[in-house]
Amino acid sequence: MSEKFDVIVVGAGASGNAAAYTLAKSGLKVLQLERGETSGAKNVQGAILYADALERIIPDFREEAPLERHIIEQRMWVMDERSYVGSHFRSDDFNKPPYNRYTIIRAKFDKWFSDKVKEAGALVICETTVKTLLRDDAGKVIGVEVDRIDGKIYADLVILADGVNSTLARKAGFRPELDPKHVALAVKEIHFLPKDVIESRFNIQDEEGVVIEMMGKITHGMMGTGFLYTNSDSISVGVGCLLSDFMTQKITPYQLLEQLKAHPSVAPMLEGGEMKEYAAHLIPEGGYHAIPQIYGDGWMIVGDSGMFVNAVHREGSNLAMTTGRIAAETAIELGRAGKAMSAANLALYRKRLDDSFVIKDLKKYKDLPELLDNNKQFLTTYPELLNRSAYAMLKVDGEDKRSKQKDIYRGFRAERSLFGLLGDAYKLWRAFR
Amino acid sequence: MSDKAVSIKVEDKLYQNRYLVDAERPHIQIKDEALCASCTTRQCTVCCPAGCYEGAADKVVLTTDGCLECGTCRVICTTHRNVEWEYPRGGYGIQFKFG
Repeated sequence: MSEKFDVIVVGAGASGNAAAYTLAKSGLKVLQLERGETSGAKNVQGAILYADALERIIPDFREEAPLERHIIEQRMWVMDERSYVGSHFRSDDFNKPPYNRYTIIRAKFDKWFSDKVKEAGALVICETTVKTLLRDDAGKVIGVEVDRIDGKIYADLVILADGVNSTLARKAGFRPELDPKHVALAVKEIHFLPKDVIESRFNIQDEEGVVIEMMGKITHGMMGTGFLYTNSDSISVGVGCLLSDFMTQKITPYQLLEQLKAHPSVAPMLEGGEMKEYAAHLIPEGGYHAIPQIYGDGWMIVGDSGMFVNAVHREGSNLAMTTGRIAAETAIELGRAGKAMSAANLALYRKRLDDSFVIKDLKKYKDLPELLDNNKQFLTTYPELLNRSAYAMLKVDGEDKRSKQKDIYRGFRAERSLFGLLGDAYKLWRAFR
Repeated sequence: MSDKAVSIKVEDKLYQNRYLVDAERPHIQIKDEALCASCTTRQCTVCCPAGCYEGAADKVVLTTDGCLECGTCRVICTTHRNVEWEYPRGGYGIQFKFG
């Protein structure tokens, strides 16, 4: 392939598709390369789609995108081995179109998104792994080399949307190897159940959906969460923890998932389901401090490859789509102004991200990952105390409530000193404010 | 969360997945077997979500057929950086049906 493109986008995930679609729609000559058999074959997500980010790219996506259920109820469970203390938020406001969040199945959704990219005019080539970036003597990126015969392809700009592992950015020296403290490993399964069974089990109708986020002893003290999402006729269930924590444990990721599925509060929701796929994926959770250099002469980084995940709010695909879109818009604007894709000009991309929710949100929680990493009581001691307290207060056994409260207070004091309790409250307030 | 539930074989899970195995061309390799022999942690044998790494007396045996391409093994091998990790050739490896 000796022809030259305006832009090459490496990867067909959320960020790559957002970038390729936006670029192609503006009339630029775009090549998108994907290593999977089809676009989506290598992508893994929980998965929740946040409508806003996609709406800014394809305003009428709801009319044709394969969406599972719109979410009307969010459950947060703090768990110990046998119980959970939960907060459920369900609102009819989430049940009025246009809906805000949907569950999706990535392989189906990505196929649709990829069709939109092709419709917009981009050339999409699958089953092609990019081996390396091509650079000129001055170091400027001028194209890519793929694992095919005569595999050198040239472009004015290469957008790296190649995911959390980004072998390209690492080999090019744009980014260091991932720090185990900055990345979570999530494993998940999909279980198929009849639609009406899911709806009766979760107290929902038609296309309504429920998501459950779980924390506490289910992660064995590791920094992480479990999740369970309702799709149309299936349930996605999984658990993710920081790799640095996995490294200190003797439990395998699949054992952790099995234990979560066997929890007495979780097992009945999955009962009778047929498991049809087991997946694993890394999630960049280092936050603001872990974001690498995201642009240079002839290149930009978008999505997971740039560590754009808000771990606190479980947001990733929306940051991916937004960074993909803004990178594309920056390139379009520079192109129209006849400016070169140089580092100096592409700095506009970073500036625009700084002004967007992407960097603002990541900055807001910049110290939280470290806080939780250094204060494991939030993940083990408190969930257990909370569950023990709820059990004590709700169990009617002839003991008066004031005595029970005293016991609960003593329980907290036994695990944490008074200064410890106050300190923890202050630390959390500082991290979230 | 009983211990009974823990006795799961990862192979039973991987069996549900769809793979196009690039025969004789593993995309991940152990750089130096001797380093694994002396490695005291061998976290790869615990952390790999597909159970691709198996500890033996004088080495660690890697079988990439069930690999989920997550990258964990490369990231956690911090002591020796002994994992040569590439993506499979285009079109090969795990092909997620649902993702």
